[in-house]
Amino acid sequence: MSQLQSLGPLLPELALAIGSMLLLLYGVFRPETDADGRTVGWLAIVVLALAGALVVLQPAGVAVMFEGAFVVDSFARLMKLLVLAGSAVALLIAFDDLSDIRQMRFEYPVLILLSATGMLVMISAGDLIALYLGLEMQSLAAYVLASYRRDQLRSSEAGLKYFVLGALASGMLLYGASLVYGFTGSTSFQTIANVATGAAAGGNIGLIFGLVFVLVGIAFKISAVPFHMWTPDVYEGAPTPVVAFFASATKVAAMALLVRLMLTAFPGMTPQWQQIIVFLAIASMLLGSFAAIGQRNIKRLMAYSSIGHVGFALIGLAAASQEGTQGVILYMAIYLVMTLGAFACILSMRRSDGPTEDIGELAGLAQHNLPMAFVFGALMFSLAGIPPFAGFFAKFYVFLAAINSGLYTLAVIGVLASVVASYYYLYIVKVMFFDEPKDSFLPIRAKAGFVMALTTAIVLFVFIVPYLPTPLVNAAEAAARAFRY
Amino acid sequence: MNVATAPILSLITFLPLVGVAFIAFLPRDAVQNARYIALWTTLVTFGVSLLIWINFDPTTADFQFVEERPWLGPIAYRMGVDGISMLFVILTTFLMPLCILASWESIETRVKEYMIAFLVLETLMIGVFCALDLVLFYLFFEAGLIPMFLIIGVWGGPRRVYASFKFFLYTLLGSLLMLLAMMAMYWHAGTTNIVTLLGTTFPPGMQWWLWLAFFASFAVKLPMWPVHTWLPDAHVEAPTAGSVLLAAILLKMGGYGFLRFSVPMFPLASQELAPLVFALSVVAIVYTSLVALAQEDMKKLIAYSSVAHMGFVTMGIFTFTTQGVDGAIFQMISHGIVSAALFLCVGVIYDRMHTRQIDAYGGLVNRMPIYAFCVMVFTMANVGLPGTSGFVGEFLTLIAAFKVNTWVAFLATTGIILSAAYMLYLYRRVIFGVIERPNLRAIRDMSPREVVVLAPLVFLTILFGFFPAPILDVTAASVRRLVQNYEAAIRTATALAQ
Repeated sequence: MSQLQSLGPLLPELALAIGSMLLLLYGVFRPETDADGRTVGWLAIVVLALAGALVVLQPAGVAVMFEGAFVVDSFARLMKLLVLAGSAVALLIAFDDLSDIRQMRFEYPVLILLSATGMLVMISAGDLIALYLGLEMQSLAAYVLASYRRDQLRSSEAGLKYFVLGALASGMLLYGASLVYGFTGSTSFQTIANVATGAAAGGNIGLIFGLVFVLVGIAFKISAVPFHMWTPDVYEGAPTPVVAFFASATKVAAMALLVRLMLTAFPGMTPQWQQIIVFLAIASMLLGSFAAIGQRNIKRLMAYSSIGHVGFALIGLAAASQEGTQGVILYMAIYLVMTLGAFACILSMRRSDGPTEDIGELAGLAQHNLPMAFVFGALMFSLAGIPPFAGFFAKFYVFLAAINSGLYTLAVIGVLASVVASYYYLYIVKVMFFDEPKDSFLPIRAKAGFVMALTTAIVLFVFIVPYLPTPLVNAAEAAARAFRY
Repeated sequence: MNVATAPILSLITFLPLVGVAFIAFLPRDAVQNARYIALWTTLVTFGVSLLIWINFDPTTADFQFVEERPWLGPIAYRMGVDGISMLFVILTTFLMPLCILASWESIETRVKEYMIAFLVLETLMIGVFCALDLVLFYLFFEAGLIPMFLIIGVWGGPRRVYASFKFFLYTLLGSLLMLLAMMAMYWHAGTTNIVTLLGTTFPPGMQWWLWLAFFASFAVKLPMWPVHTWLPDAHVEAPTAGSVLLAAILLKMGGYGFLRFSVPMFPLASQELAPLVFALSVVAIVYTSLVALAQEDMKKLIAYSSVAHMGFVTMGIFTFTTQGVDGAIFQMISHGIVSAALFLCVGVIYDRMHTRQIDAYGGLVNRMPIYAFCVMVFTMANVGLPGTSGFVGEFLTLIAAFKVNTWVAFLATTGIILSAAYMLYLYRRVIFGVIERPNLRAIRDMSPREVVVLAPLVFLTILFGFFPAPILDVTAASVRRLVQNYEAAIRTATALAQ
């Protein structure tokens, strides 16, 4: 019994892993009546909810397992909840879309579950090996998901591209990890932090090389510029529900991993990695803003938009302070909600001849489907960071941290980038509200409609209704206190 | 109910949203109901705001009707008005029913959405003037862009997309820089409470940057030369009521910002940079007046004249004297009435002829005597003729400017002459003469609805011209304290320097 109790901190991951295997078995031996695997999908959502409940039930405080390789703290718990919620919603909105193209097979939910398991391990990783294990588990499932529509050239191409470039990034990460191990003698974040500190660490070229390569590998996962090239292609090619999953849950997990790695393994080398993060942030914000302007495919646009948002979130990390980490957490939480809402809208852009991804098809949406235009518009204003929507508060907290840490130039560049970015979000609003209507879309389906209503309510109300924002902001603050600065 | 302690500012701020809720649940074709609901909502809001005015104590410079509620940690929901903001709240609530009435027949498409946009905008505009917290102020200030963007873009003229984007992006850039400055203020003072910040002294070096960041926002909003170029476009393309609110309220947020933030919080930077403001103001007054002379589009002409009149406002504020600031506030209120009225007048004939080209009119006095009278009053007020509200503000700001810098005052005075030139020229071409165009022969004079819209504006224009006390009394205490605090801050700084 005590053995079992000692596994307590690991229960959410165990639930996901065992759940995915059971679902795999059920999928293989399921009755004939359940042809399209919907049951597996619903069961997968139940498993995700169960894992979420287990995370919530975990006792407060810090639990460390496997000699520091697996850490459960307030930060991990909050980020895990976000990832699980994001995965569940991304799975929910996939049902109808995949049924349409007769691609709703039981493997899909299982792959999502496996990927989510990897993400949970990433978030809790306190060791370079655990980090790599989690990352690869998440990525391998993601490669398969990207090429899920094997009958389609575009999707296969996306999966292959993602895999080849992802493997390259993983290689860089491993190379960097080996350098870090070589120069510090350990893979544990705690030990690395003890060795890599002070002037000795700053002058240690080998260690800095290791740090840079590890950062490159993770920058690829969060698609920060200049390691973003895969993002637009994969987003355009992969099935839309899969992209919703990539853009939401995966990003949150990778960002959490980056935050933990920098703040627990390399706190002694803050000046070194801060420069890199500042550069990644500036490059991502600028490219995300400028490159999106010319896009006419909404999924490509969302790809550049997500690149830009990662840049903004990195501002919080660059601040290297408790306020900064709080900012990153809030940013990712709000970004998750906005992205899922936007993708629910994109999935609703369909006519009898199939779904469409062209922004021009939204023309005049306000005149024949005002609720959808309202939801889409609110999400776009929120993504642009205009108050009173939640997106404003996301930017608010990271800029607040940047100003406090004296990163004025970064903040001003961020502000300029956000003005440029608001142009293309406004462009979508313009198409929906100002242009002459085209044919109307098919009616919104219940699941997408539910997600759209929910996310819009969150984006619109959570920060401006009294008492609602307090739990989230407090949770983020408590999570940020998990690290020492 | 005790008005002094009830959350009455929140009430008038969010009352329009009640109307929004009603309109949102109307069936799609209940267009007339939407109009009536919007009208009644704005009328009730106006009524409640009058209640505030009656209970307002003009003898104190403190904030009144203060409300405070927890919101986001150190950022709280704080509301309150003083002598400076009180009048802008009343101006907003007063103009809203007129805007709804003015759009009664001219807006025929998507009426429900139109009314919702206006009511939301009213909430946000009132909020800007009542907010006593930096973040809350910013929230209202910037959120106001969304309804205005939609109003211009959906119900605007042929180049509406260009105009709405320009409006949005210009204003957004300025206000985001202000946001960064607000954050720096928060980290320095540990609070976003405007009342506390008014008593905080920022280091001189920091004041400079903060002042410039706030200036970026308010100069665009006001607008000052050379960042005024969004205004003519936005005005020309916006529907009549949209132009009215732009000119009467949204521009005033810039002037209000200078009075609420720049001057009292950064007095040293204000003093140092006042020459810059004077220079820009004078350029605005003279240059945009000349530009106005050359306009062929009536709305564009009035838009440029707005920029010139706002030049008097900035000139008055940065004299840092009681007369100057009083005059600036008076000028803003007066311009809020007069420019709103002029845009409404343009709307009256635009609804009939569907053109704003000056050439397309002429001899309207023959067919529209009531209209000709109204336009005459507002033309004179815009010129600044004694006996109209336009005179008081310009006169006070010019007196103040003469004391501080004669050349500035001299050049600004030429602006008045130019304003007489372009306004009278406009009046002659549109109203006087014989009707030459056949399509004007059947033009109707103003309908009772249009008379109802313009009559209160005519009345107030003349009333404030002869009897400016209702405005000056309300602002007196607050302006006196503003000027005293400024002088005290300058004295302390000079004493420290010696």
